[in-house]
Amino acid sequence: MTIESLPIQVQAARVSLRGKRSMGRSVALHATLTVASLIAVFPVFWVLVTSFKPDARAVAPTIRLFDESSLANYRDVLSGQQGDFLAWVLNSVEIALLTTLIAVFLSATTGYAVSRFRFPGSRKLLLSFLIAQMFPFAVLIVPLFNVLLSLGLQGTGIGLVLVYCTTSVPFCTYMLKGYFDTIPTDIDESGRVDGLSPFGVFWRLVLPLARPGLAVTAFYAFLTAWGEVAFASAFLSASDESKTLAVGLQVFVQQNRVEWGHLAAASILVSIPAVAVFYLVQRFLVTGLAAGAVKG
Amino acid sequence: MAEVAYVSASRVFAGNPPVRAVDQLELDVADGEFLVLVGPSGSGKSTALRMLAGLEDVDEGAIKIGGKDVTNVPPKGRDIAMVFQSYALYPHMTVAENMGFALKLRGTSKQEIKDKVAEAAKMLDLTKYLDRKPKALSGGQRQRVAMGRAIVREPSVFLMDEPLSNLDAKLRVETRANIAALQQRLGTTTIYVTHDQVEAMTMGDRVAVLKDGLLQQCASPRELYDRPANAFVAGFIGSPAMNLKTVPLTAEGALLDGLTVPLTRSALDKASTEGLKEVTFGVRPETLRLAGADEEGMELTVELVEELGADAYVYGSVRIGGVPERFIVRVDGRTPPAFGQNVKVAVRDTSEVHLFHPESGARLEV
Ligand SMILES: Nc1ncnc2c1ncn2[C@@H]1O[C@H](COP(=O)(O)OP(=O)(O)O)[C@@H](O)[C@H]1O
Ligand SMILES: [Mg+2]
Repeated sequence: MTIESLPIQVQAARVSLRGKRSMGRSVALHATLTVASLIAVFPVFWVLVTSFKPDARAVAPTIRLFDESSLANYRDVLSGQQGDFLAWVLNSVEIALLTTLIAVFLSATTGYAVSRFRFPGSRKLLLSFLIAQMFPFAVLIVPLFNVLLSLGLQGTGIGLVLVYCTTSVPFCTYMLKGYFDTIPTDIDESGRVDGLSPFGVFWRLVLPLARPGLAVTAFYAFLTAWGEVAFASAFLSASDESKTLAVGLQVFVQQNRVEWGHLAAASILVSIPAVAVFYLVQRFLVTGLAAGAVKG
Repeated sequence: MAEVAYVSASRVFAGNPPVRAVDQLELDVADGEFLVLVGPSGSGKSTALRMLAGLEDVDEGAIKIGGKDVTNVPPKGRDIAMVFQSYALYPHMTVAENMGFALKLRGTSKQEIKDKVAEAAKMLDLTKYLDRKPKALSGGQRQRVAMGRAIVREPSVFLMDEPLSNLDAKLRVETRANIAALQQRLGTTTIYVTHDQVEAMTMGDRVAVLKDGLLQQCASPRELYDRPANAFVAGFIGSPAMNLKTVPLTAEGALLDGLTVPLTRSALDKASTEGLKEVTFGVRPETLRLAGADEEGMELTVELVEELGADAYVYGSVRIGGVPERFIVRVDGRTPPAFGQNVKVAVRDTSEVHLFHPESGARLEV
């Protein structure tokens, strides 16, 4: 199947489905989908509602949409009353972006090599990537800690970026290899005959054609780094100004009291960049995930 | 423009046993020549072409373009343009960008690229589509873009790997003529791969027939048809195929069922010096004719009649040494025999009979 034929087929299928469905089935389908969407959206919606309530009202026995609602929680969180929120944002952005950059670069080059070149051990390399994925995070913390210590990177942001890359690069490589496999090698060869070097083929033909795959990879790498707590609390120094957002949020959860309103407000703020990244890449996500699912 | 030479070039793919996809290929292509590589699927045509393009390693021997040894030169240094079976257009570029890409890489000025692309587009009737992406084109248009991409570069050699096999029959015939005409006009050395012997015969100045990686014969279409070098070429070139049967030899000639085809003295001498009791006897359908009831001929039971208007081909079985053998005979399209009928078949012109060695298949020169 050629890459350009895919969206057209999908479109065709959609049109014919819409044309054939009877009225009753249509209503039932839409009702089901609406209910499912509501269930999916409700928690987010409730966090949003809660974020405007004072901590005490957030868990009041009477459930109300608005209950002394105000922007006070946001003001508190952003003003750094209970921790340097803005520094955390900056740390998280730096770490997540750096992770994304490194992970996409490494997995694109590796994925291309594994997809296109036959070299001794190429299959084993892929398998070893899967092995790295088999261990739960908790098991990885101690060995990774030792590695970081010996590299002198324990407690630094760069160290954490490397840790995130160890988990996202294998997965992303697999995804991108699957995506590169869908690009016919004739295109590479045509490019070489046209005068491209092997790297030129990768850079000017394969990467542009793999944009959907790259978008998915970037999104995945960004999210793994952005919302992660366990590694971030283990590998970053305990000082307040070096925390990431996900770790910092814990200040709102104290031993015998949870500041629900503040926590909700902070969560909403945390999710904004993730939503922004999603918005940027969503155009590519459907084709990217579909191609990855079919081949890979 | 340049001449091309394969100097006992081989490509061996690892495996058990290793595949000699192209085996000691010796081939010289003259400057401006249109050479067709033809052979059944898996005969090594694409591999041979890709070796010339630099996309496939050369394990033994050498490749020369314009007298220069390019065996170890990467594709970009060979000044060749290739048209792929799948066209391999760049999906993210417009038609104009596709056609101008190689020039852009070479650092040609924008204006010059534009002019050359416009000129090629005019030649190929693509002017209207220059701003489209390949996915918005029909198969025939894509094929022309692939041609255009090659033309724009003005390379010293065109390589084409089954460029017409994704087109429907009518378009294929049309495009076939267009490509041949275009090549004549440009005068660029062209190596063209196809599995279709009709394409090979109609397009090539010379045709090289490959089988299992081995060159069988390289000659003009006429020569290939009239004097095939071996039984394989004889059976592969021509449609419908030549009748090739192994038959006993007598003192006068070849013995078919009820019919002795007289052979020349020299042919019989040659066979006897080789100690042959049998010979592979080849006769094209048009060299056979229906004989009258009182003439000498082979008894043929009609199994199928293919009517093509002016001519008809009669497929039937003849018993040779008690075993039914399929023969094809060309007859007048207006009076073909009926299914199941028994007819007599004779050889129209014994000088058009081909003889091959029964084991090696090599032509017995007569
Ligand atoms: N990359 C490869 N690895 C192993 N064998 C190959 C490879 N490419 C081609 N072959 C083998 O080489 C032979 C010739 O192939 P090819 O040149 O594609 O034939 P054709 O184009 O005439 O159909 C075939 O037997 C094929 O299986
Ligand atoms: Mg081929």
